[in-house]
Amino acid sequence: MSDSLAGRMGPSTGVSPYAARDGGSSANLADILERVLDKGVVIAGDIQINLLDIELLTIKLRLLVASVDKAKEMGIDWWEHDPSLSSHARRPAVQAGTPRGRDSLAEENARLREELERLREAAGLPAADREEDTR
Amino acid sequence: MTVAPTPATTAELSYVYAVGPRVPELERAAPRLTGLLDRPVHTVESGGLAAVVSSVPEAEFGEEGFKAQLEDLGRLEVIARTHHGVVDALFRAVTVLPLRLATVYRDDARVAAMLDESGREFTALLERLAGHLECGVKVYALPPGPRSAPSAPARPAARGADGGGTNPGRAYLQRRKAQRTRHEDAAREAAETAARVREVAAAHAVDRVAHRPQQGELATGEGRNITNEAYLVPKGATGAFAAAVREAARDLPGVRVEVTGPWAPYSFAAPPAPRAQDGGRRGR
Repeated sequence: MSDSLAGRMGPSTGVSPYAARDGGSSANLADILERVLDKGVVIAGDIQINLLDIELLTIKLRLLVASVDKAKEMGIDWWEHDPSLSSHARRPAVQAGTPRGRDSLAEENARLREELERLREAAGLPAADREEDTR
Repeated sequence: MTVAPTPATTAELSYVYAVGPRVPELERAAPRLTGLLDRPVHTVESGGLAAVVSSVPEAEFGEEGFKAQLEDLGRLEVIARTHHGVVDALFRAVTVLPLRLATVYRDDARVAAMLDESGREFTALLERLAGHLECGVKVYALPPGPRSAPSAPARPAARGADGGGTNPGRAYLQRRKAQRTRHEDAAREAAETAARVREVAAAHAVDRVAHRPQQGELATGEGRNITNEAYLVPKGATGAFAAAVREAARDLPGVRVEVTGPWAPYSFAAPPAPRAQDGGRRGR
């Protein structure tokens, strides 16, 4: 029994119509929600539930907010040091004692970079990144 | 309509999970299932069709109560998993059309009337989907960090200067640029793989639907989901489908491919035309 159960519950171990349980009760919540909320036959019941509103509030909002943390986990956090993208990156970095002076330096560099980009743009030059793409 | 508002507290409503053909397989499977609030599931039949239904209290599943439940992710999960559990168990017995979450009628008589009204569309859809299953395919771009880390620091050095020392500002820009380039490279590679996977998957399927890529709290897989698609696959071909998709993505750096399913054909159950124009047309 336990082996057949393991086979049925195991993730993605071959898709056979009746054995694999990926689509079953153990399936990932996001996979289920996108199907039951977003797909399936739509018919007007007697009770009117606007799933579009629900989806917007419960799902989208929470996912959007959470995805910032997810990105940070993956090491994508450059906007934190980018004054043009993060309004709080500027001041706290200067005020907070700046361990090893790195933050204030980065902040200053970023500001200079921003200015350079503006000047390049004004002069009709290609963006700074381009010149090094050929390595 | 003609439905008079009833005093809310004790009234019962009929929650519909799915519609299928009126066949013994369905009639046998339905009563064995447990629906919302652990209540029994039954069929409501009319013509050649059967709706799979359970009764729910209006206090919780009327308009106000239901909305409140759906705003709570914990409650939403329970309802979604129960709905899906019923659909999933049914489609293992016979092809059914999953209804969208929260399809609720005043009573079973109204459910039967709905079957009569939309019977032709349901029958046509069931015919189209019979003998098919849905498989999900998700492609993830893996974080480029560890993989390309060895080559990344070499890039600033190639300019002749040691990144950090003489010009910290320049080093900062180079670090940022290298980071961005790595992400761009990874994204391009992942997109190419996704296209290859799609081509292979489509060859084993009769239809395809794109879902939104998953992100955030509920997206549990490693990496960033870049494509999220559903394929309609003939029942006997799902093994070959999964094997081909995995083979197409094997040994490719920077990506991970996940095959899910089989699912009831949620993503291919287009709405019956006449009554669903308000909410049913926002497909992709």
